[in-house]
Amino acid sequence: MITLANDRVARVTMPHGAGGRAMRRLIEQVFLRDAPPAAAAMDDGAVIPLAGGGSLIVTTDAHVIQPLVFPGGDIGRLAVSGTVNDLAMMGATEPLGLACSVVIEEGFAVDDLERLQRSMAEACAEAGTSVVTGDTKVMRRGELDGVVITTTGVGITWRPVRDSGAAAGDVLVVTGTIGDHGVAVMAARHQFQFGEELRSDVAPLNGLVRAALAAGDVHAMKDPTRGGVASALHEIAAKSRVGIVIREHAVPVRPGVRAAADLLGIDPLFIANEGKAVLAVRPHAAEAVLAALHAHPYGRDAAIVGECVSGQPGTVTVDTGFGLRRLSEPDGELLPRIC
Amino acid sequence: MIPSGTTPRDAAAGELKFRDPVRGAALTAALAKTVAGIGRSPVSVMHVCGSHEQAIARFGLRTAFPRDLRVIMGPGCPVCITDQPEVDEAVALARQGVRIATYGDMVRVPGTAASLADAQAEGARVDVVYSIDQAIALAAASSEPLVFFATGFETTAVATAAAILAGLPSNFFVLSAHKYIPPAMEIVAEMPDSRIEGFVAAGHAATITGWGVFEAFVARHGVPVVVAGFEPLDILAALVRLVELIRDGVRTVENMFPRCVTREGNLVAQRQLWDVFTPIGGRWRGIAHVPNGNLRLLDRWSHLDARRRFAIDLTRLWDEAPSLLSQQCRCGDIMSGLRTPADCALFGAECLPETPVGACMVSSEGTCRIWHEYGVPR
Repeated sequence: MITLANDRVARVTMPHGAGGRAMRRLIEQVFLRDAPPAAAAMDDGAVIPLAGGGSLIVTTDAHVIQPLVFPGGDIGRLAVSGTVNDLAMMGATEPLGLACSVVIEEGFAVDDLERLQRSMAEACAEAGTSVVTGDTKVMRRGELDGVVITTTGVGITWRPVRDSGAAAGDVLVVTGTIGDHGVAVMAARHQFQFGEELRSDVAPLNGLVRAALAAGDVHAMKDPTRGGVASALHEIAAKSRVGIVIREHAVPVRPGVRAAADLLGIDPLFIANEGKAVLAVRPHAAEAVLAALHAHPYGRDAAIVGECVSGQPGTVTVDTGFGLRRLSEPDGELLPRIC
Repeated sequence: MIPSGTTPRDAAAGELKFRDPVRGAALTAALAKTVAGIGRSPVSVMHVCGSHEQAIARFGLRTAFPRDLRVIMGPGCPVCITDQPEVDEAVALARQGVRIATYGDMVRVPGTAASLADAQAEGARVDVVYSIDQAIALAAASSEPLVFFATGFETTAVATAAAILAGLPSNFFVLSAHKYIPPAMEIVAEMPDSRIEGFVAAGHAATITGWGVFEAFVARHGVPVVVAGFEPLDILAALVRLVELIRDGVRTVENMFPRCVTREGNLVAQRQLWDVFTPIGGRWRGIAHVPNGNLRLLDRWSHLDARRRFAIDLTRLWDEAPSLLSQQCRCGDIMSGLRTPADCALFGAECLPETPVGACMVSSEGTCRIWHEYGVPR
């Protein structure tokens, strides 16, 4: 049955997990009813003020992905990076530790599990943290697809960076090429061949973010995962009550990703990333932050892609070089078009 | 589908050539000058392809078009013109427990009372595929029947035909909702209110049919047709040429996509198409009965035809009331070029991509979806 826009959601469908408008509506309807203000901000993590000053940042993320191993990474590296990055986006670049729950399907090969564990350990070492507690459950064959890994992270920051912190005049920076993760996973899932091998960018970004925060004033920060850069820009625009204008030609996209996106009829701005960040930076600090990003291996392709403006708060406009268009808020799964 | 022979490197080089904003500005200026030279307003042209509307919106071309030029999107979205009873057939089969594979866009298109996504949420098995080959692989990996809900114009119909001619697993069946675009242009040209002065024809469909297929159309209706590609410069150049032809009163077909389209088209593909399908008349959602607009399997392929192999029980669907909102949907008028999404009360309010009332809001090729995605042109 077709549901009306303002109706209650009666049954959960796949778009409710895709990171866009549909998911936000489900969360608001079901989970935010009695939630405290800390959760209602719907930031990457909760900010809990500490008595002695500073804030504790807590974040959690359940990781499901098919295939479990993809070019450039696997669900283990993803599970660590995702949570480390959510902490980093709030300004907590020194994760104190991670909790990790693993739900495994009956029959799963232990060799494969060990491989995932090794890649979690590698990602932890890179991020300077470790898994300090965990839980393991097994479900009957067919009750889940392979393995689900949930990680929870805690960190401390003296200055939380919130989605609502951007101001008109701020410069928008993307820390590297976009769409790499989503296209690599789609290609692996559907066995597409695009000539050059496309690799996921999945990586812990706390080192990169630490360098950026040290270089200058970062007002807002998002990791453009599900829903891509478009979703990150919309959240910043809505929560900071600014308009955003981006120049499409300035957004770094690998030729292979561009070609794949064109063939599938998907805008690279909507494709998920797992090793990139979008930063709103005070204009005078932009060059210094950009230089700091360029000096880090994960920020070599960082670029200024646009700015925040006072007009049309909550909207995102794309200057294509030919004309202007509005960038919509992602609303569901990426479905390739027919022709 | 991933066309063979197009490497990402080629595509990247092509992009530099056909997405150059400097050349775009020159063409935009030429377009403004040519339209102004006609000396009346508006000059109305129609394209009949969702991919053209995608490119126009995606590159913000409408903000660069001259005010006196109306570029209308016609019935060019294969998802949108798939009629509700066709979706109902797929939904009914899915609810009867038959596994369905189809292109992504079709999953959320509302039928009379439900979509395939609704059936899936209730437990039916629906697989999204990018090509018929993937659907065949799914069938080959199992012994249970699989029905491929085949939609799209000539472009995807040929892929279906080629797969059928190459031989299919015995548990693979086809539910064809394929459409043939040339007859639809006739319908729109004949609509009393349409006032279309020229057509932009879809380059990819013309690679198969050839541009010669439009010669008889031009002779019958006395309006020029320009075949166009899909990069922003392709579209701008085609519009400049089309407006020149209108200005000069020249009624002809011009091929502005010669790097892909020939006069006779792809003869192998045409032979495959007509070896498998026969055109029959049928309703295009929201528009009209289109003579020869629907492609159905020829009798010799009846053993593959889901309509003849399964008892599709639509009666249960009729017990569910259609959405009241769907009666206010203006998709038909929009696809006929009589209205724009901005004229629809549901657009952007009750009708959103995640809660579509009409098919035009579902498909990335649909006018409403495209306008919603890229903003209503000012």
